[in-house]
Amino acid sequence: MYIIGELINGMYKNVARAIAERDKTFVQSLAQLQVEAGAAALDLSCGPLSRSPLDDMLWLIDVVQDSVQVSLSLDTTKLNIMEEGLKRLRKNGIINSTSADLERLEAYLPLANKYNASLIALTMDKKGVPQDKDRRLELAAFILDVAQRNGLSPSSIFLDPILMPINVAQNQLFGILEALRDFKLLSDPAPKTVVGLSNISQGAKDRRLINRTFLTMAQGFGLDSAILDPLDEALMESLIAGELILNKTIYCADFVAAYRKSKRI
Amino acid sequence: MAEELKYVEKWNSKINELKLGAAKADGGTRGKVFKVGNQASLPYLFKEGDIPFAPIIAAEVYDVPEDDWPQALTEDLKDVFRHPLDWAVKMVEEAGADLVCLKLQGIHPDLGGKSAKDAQGLAVALLKKLNTPMVVLGCGQADTDNEVLPLVSEATKGERLLFGDVVQENYKTLTAACIADGHNIIAESPIDVNIAKQLNILVSDLGMPQDRIIINPTIGALGYGIEYAYSIMERARNAALSGDRMLAMPFICFAGQEAWSAKEARVIEAEAPQWGNARQRGIMWEVVTAMAMLHAGADILTMRHPEAIRIVKAAIADLMRH
Repeated sequence: MYIIGELINGMYKNVARAIAERDKTFVQSLAQLQVEAGAAALDLSCGPLSRSPLDDMLWLIDVVQDSVQVSLSLDTTKLNIMEEGLKRLRKNGIINSTSADLERLEAYLPLANKYNASLIALTMDKKGVPQDKDRRLELAAFILDVAQRNGLSPSSIFLDPILMPINVAQNQLFGILEALRDFKLLSDPAPKTVVGLSNISQGAKDRRLINRTFLTMAQGFGLDSAILDPLDEALMESLIAGELILNKTIYCADFVAAYRKSKRI
Repeated sequence: MAEELKYVEKWNSKINELKLGAAKADGGTRGKVFKVGNQASLPYLFKEGDIPFAPIIAAEVYDVPEDDWPQALTEDLKDVFRHPLDWAVKMVEEAGADLVCLKLQGIHPDLGGKSAKDAQGLAVALLKKLNTPMVVLGCGQADTDNEVLPLVSEATKGERLLFGDVVQENYKTLTAACIADGHNIIAESPIDVNIAKQLNILVSDLGMPQDRIIINPTIGALGYGIEYAYSIMERARNAALSGDRMLAMPFICFAGQEAWSAKEARVIEAEAPQWGNARQRGIMWEVVTAMAMLHAGADILTMRHPEAIRIVKAAIADLMRH
């Protein structure tokens, strides 16, 4: 599982403060902790309160790159910030994200090509988030079609079915699992799949239990990647055990330690 | 051959590079040193990834002659069998082995009970005689090995040799000595990839750098489970090349020891005339066993018969030509 650490996000008060005060130590330690816990990439977002989002994003990129050697996922809805950020990256990045709307795809696909970045594509459009699996598949097929016509390989696309909170759309969750599985059949090479895990438990109690249970089930449906909190130890341990059960890693008595030593599964 | 490769796999990880032998600049005295591992591909699939180093052959040399070896093997070694130093020189200079594998069988209480001093003396004398590094093995009895091998390790400190074997039940003493004295270590598991991985964790948890560990996966000779050994090695390599650092160690395979234990390599011609010349048969048993292990991913082979070593050495040169 390709783990994208979610914690450097201005949505969190302490991160918003660190960004505002240019508290490098705080951000770098959050980056290091996530990488040590198994993140292969880190998501960076300035959050909604940022007053100068471009400067903030570039600052985040610089301080994080100075402390860890992983790919960065740039989480912004502003095209100019995305491009300025991509220019700044020292390793291939991840664009987070585009919707399935043609004009947005046509704006982001050239960026992905130009900067050798992967692209997270949400299966939603102006009409909103789909209510069922078929619509998700339809939008996914559209995304892949446009991507291929623009010369981006499906293997550089992370399709995100958009995880709905359990207290809002409980009846959709199994369809989302099925969509994760079926996305992989849409092209050859297959696209990758990703979820923003903590969405599922927005507003719910026992959030961590819900998160890790969904993640384990999604692993069974072939999920490739997740944006999550790698510092949630129980979550990471479930994930490690899940990879063993799917025969993706080789068992040994200290399998959790083995994962941590390998730094990835 | 490369043209036949229809599906090219690109891996995202590599096998560790293990350095065997320390030259003067690195604190040792070796004139010749070796590197093994560091492949980014399954064996000999040069189109898939880099294979920077050829496998090497360590010829087994015993401190005391082994009574149990068949004539097909001893006949060609009879001049040197009782003289480990001459034996070593013959294997490297005449047979073309890259280095020797010193088996300290004589320290076993039932097989001579030689002292630690004898063992140290022989190891040091061998290093003086040859400019290569070497592999050093104990007698297989845990208590004796734990007593003697650390002393041999100390006497050869800084030469970056390869000591073995440690097993899951007994790994701490020798590992600690090798860490302190700058040697590499052989981690042995009983044809079991799960235990191989576990032992690598245990050994590295003691503080042994991962690039100083080599896996002895335990093999079977031709006709005695060779396919099983192959499948274990293949599984470990696939995992390692996909990013499992705890299996990303090179392999050492004891091809000579296993082949010469096989009935087919041991029975004399008078007892099985239909099987043909015993010497040729034994040599070929060792060659075929060794070749299969090369294809499974062996980085170091230990072998016994000079003629088998010559044949396999030439075959390695062929395999590496691409």
